[in-house]
Amino acid sequence: MTDPTTTLSRNPLDLDESRTFLDANELVINMGPQHPATHGVLRVILKLDGEKVLGTECVIGYLHRGVEKIAENRTYTMFNPYVDRMDYVAAVSNALGYCEAVEKLLNVEAPPRARYIRSILTELNRIASHQLWLGTHALDIGAMTPLFYTFRDREEILKIFEKYCGARLTTHAFRIGGCQYETYDGFEKDVLNFLQFVAPKIDEYEELLTTNRIWVERTKNIGVISAKDCIALGVTGPVLRASGVKWDLRKAQPYAAYKDFDFEIPIGQNGDTYDRYIVRMAEMRQSLRIIRQAVDAIPEGPIMAKVPKVIKPAVGEIYHSIEAPKGELGYFIVSDGSTQPYRVRVRPPSFVNLQALDLMVRGALVADVIAVIGTLDIVLGEVDR
Amino acid sequence: MLSYLQSYLGGDALTPGQAGNQLWALIYILVIFAGVSVVVMAMNWIERKALAHMQVRLGPMRVGPHGLLQPIADALKLMLKEDIIPARADSFVFWIAPLIGLLSAFTVYIVIPFGPTQAVTDMNIGILFMLGVSSLSVLGVVMAGWASNSNYPLIGALRSSAQMVSYEVAMGLAVVSAVLMTSVGGIGMYDVAGDGIGTLSMIGIVQAQQAQHVWFLFKFFPLGLIAFFIFAVAMIAETNRAPFDLPEAESELTAGFHTEYSGLRWSLFMLAEYAAMVAVSSIAVTLWLGGWLRPFPNALAGPTWDFIFSLFPGLTFLALGAIGMFGFVRMPAHPFFRVQKLGLGGFAAVLALIGVLLLAIPFAARGHEGTILAGFAAGLSAVYWFIAKVAVFMYLYIWYRATFPRYRFDQLMSVGWKVLLPIALAVLIATAAVGVLIPVIQVWFKGRAG
Repeated sequence: MTDPTTTLSRNPLDLDESRTFLDANELVINMGPQHPATHGVLRVILKLDGEKVLGTECVIGYLHRGVEKIAENRTYTMFNPYVDRMDYVAAVSNALGYCEAVEKLLNVEAPPRARYIRSILTELNRIASHQLWLGTHALDIGAMTPLFYTFRDREEILKIFEKYCGARLTTHAFRIGGCQYETYDGFEKDVLNFLQFVAPKIDEYEELLTTNRIWVERTKNIGVISAKDCIALGVTGPVLRASGVKWDLRKAQPYAAYKDFDFEIPIGQNGDTYDRYIVRMAEMRQSLRIIRQAVDAIPEGPIMAKVPKVIKPAVGEIYHSIEAPKGELGYFIVSDGSTQPYRVRVRPPSFVNLQALDLMVRGALVADVIAVIGTLDIVLGEVDR
Repeated sequence: MLSYLQSYLGGDALTPGQAGNQLWALIYILVIFAGVSVVVMAMNWIERKALAHMQVRLGPMRVGPHGLLQPIADALKLMLKEDIIPARADSFVFWIAPLIGLLSAFTVYIVIPFGPTQAVTDMNIGILFMLGVSSLSVLGVVMAGWASNSNYPLIGALRSSAQMVSYEVAMGLAVVSAVLMTSVGGIGMYDVAGDGIGTLSMIGIVQAQQAQHVWFLFKFFPLGLIAFFIFAVAMIAETNRAPFDLPEAESELTAGFHTEYSGLRWSLFMLAEYAAMVAVSSIAVTLWLGGWLRPFPNALAGPTWDFIFSLFPGLTFLALGAIGMFGFVRMPAHPFFRVQKLGLGGFAAVLALIGVLLLAIPFAARGHEGTILAGFAAGLSAVYWFIAKVAVFMYLYIWYRATFPRYRFDQLMSVGWKVLLPIALAVLIATAAVGVLIPVIQVWFKGRAG
């Protein structure tokens, strides 16, 4: 048995205290849970040979709040705001997935106008999520400036959210059966202004990074993962698409109003960190395209479907998934006919994608671990739930 | 050694400003120590401010007008902080490590000529001394990482020692090619007229540039430029600054070798880092950018031009004062800002006053050549041009930090050994070859013409 990772997982903290660690060839260091580059409270145990990574083990759960258990003690409506707290940088997507899952369970459908509003907000949120990813990822690799650029521009999205529903991050924008709020006066104009504002800004980010020699050297052929491995591990989202698999739930099983929009699924070839960067940048542009179409074609009409005051779905179960910014976000809801779900299981993209970390960094250097954690775009609120 | 010390102690001890004079050496040591400390504090503020403005934010704004008192507040805070020595650290080595870093950073200043006579000493092996002493700073880093008895500092220290040692090689070769240029006596970019002075003395190198009527940056174009470029890259790696800031890579190693340091000890590391930045920039200026020489000292020679160029120090301070005044005028009139506004106005006024004083000196000295005042004015002009050139480098340091991502360790090493070192070697050989070949070609041409 020579595979170092196997040994590592058998005894993750094999540090013989009788020797100093300098006598040992292998060095076990603990990255996190308080570390500037683990995006929250991820703890990674690294087994190193010098700077080379022999194996990693992720220790998660520092942000566990028992969201799934909470669901069992809340009514369907009461649980709605809780889902915002999972992936808190893409709260709108979380809410969309949950609301649509319950709607499916209830056999109701949100009216077209609500679905368009949902699409617009979700795509705006995708851009915001990708901007946050870009800023922190670049910061991890040592480029400070993109962080401030992306946060400056993300602010405009948050302003639109704030004007729409009063909240910036955990928006609670959607309700089961549609949307709570009608769009405010000038919503369309704000969104169109934002589109015009942000398109050159995305070029600006690319100008700083895409052809930057150091950036390319730090990301090309780093954290390579093949399409086969992605599928075996269940990795989804931009990580999967960067490995060359054209799989996007918005196209594969359209939800909200995505059937009506014309957009492309950007894919990469090498499955390395650079391709994932390129794919996400292209996705931001595609999101802009979707938003423009949605704003142009937004229909008039009601924003809430006929949903009973007390939501009491029939006995049954449902799995509904959407394409969140980070990958496939699925909700599996079991109803026992009461007002509270019997069980809610969330399939969070970050949690599943994080499993690829070990595979992607084995044999790489410490600095690559940071780059790969960044490129996986994990949010610990969603990993730990 | 003994005779060297004796020669240093003897001599005419009363000539002011003579490099190597012990009285003035003492004064310069004090001035440099105080000056560098002040520059480091100012640099702290400038870096945060410039970096902030590049990154669409304001930077320090709260302590004093436009955060001008921020460095002082920081220094106070650091001094008052608890000084932690980890329980399992080697406390003596832990204690001495920042001092070694600081010592090596400040010792380099001994040989840096701020003006033709404004130097602590003029060693005949000045550049060698500088290379030797500045490479000692790696010792402080390694000791800090080792003594902390912690994983992240250890990795940081290992990275740092490998990095500094490998970039020193390229740096040394680049320096040698500049030294080689002092030994060709010609005037202009491509002229070689027999033997030059051929010196390792820092003052001698600047004098050689004056004698050859060209900055070594342009000598044997583009060879001097390439050597300078190699030095400029290596000096960033040598001082552990972005994009080569791996030893303290914040996102990877939290803070690298000084993770376990706090309070005053930590601030000593910072002081050493900034002092080293200024020191290596000074060396680059001395070797390639003509040190204290003003622009065009030969093409625009004569007392009138000397006078015009000696007005620059005063004008610079007046400009700084004007910027301060602009900020003063733009500040809101609300009573809440009154103290800050007055402070900024006062600061601007002081700057302007210094500017007026500095302007007055060349005017007063005009037409009184040979007096002490004229010597003072000339020295002032020389030191000003030196500092101005160094300031450009300091700005570049900030600019790099805002622009570049960080290199990975192995990439850093491969850049050092596989790119910079071969180029430096090639430039060195080419410089020597050009120095030998040009006279041959000249003779050949003359032979054909005759």
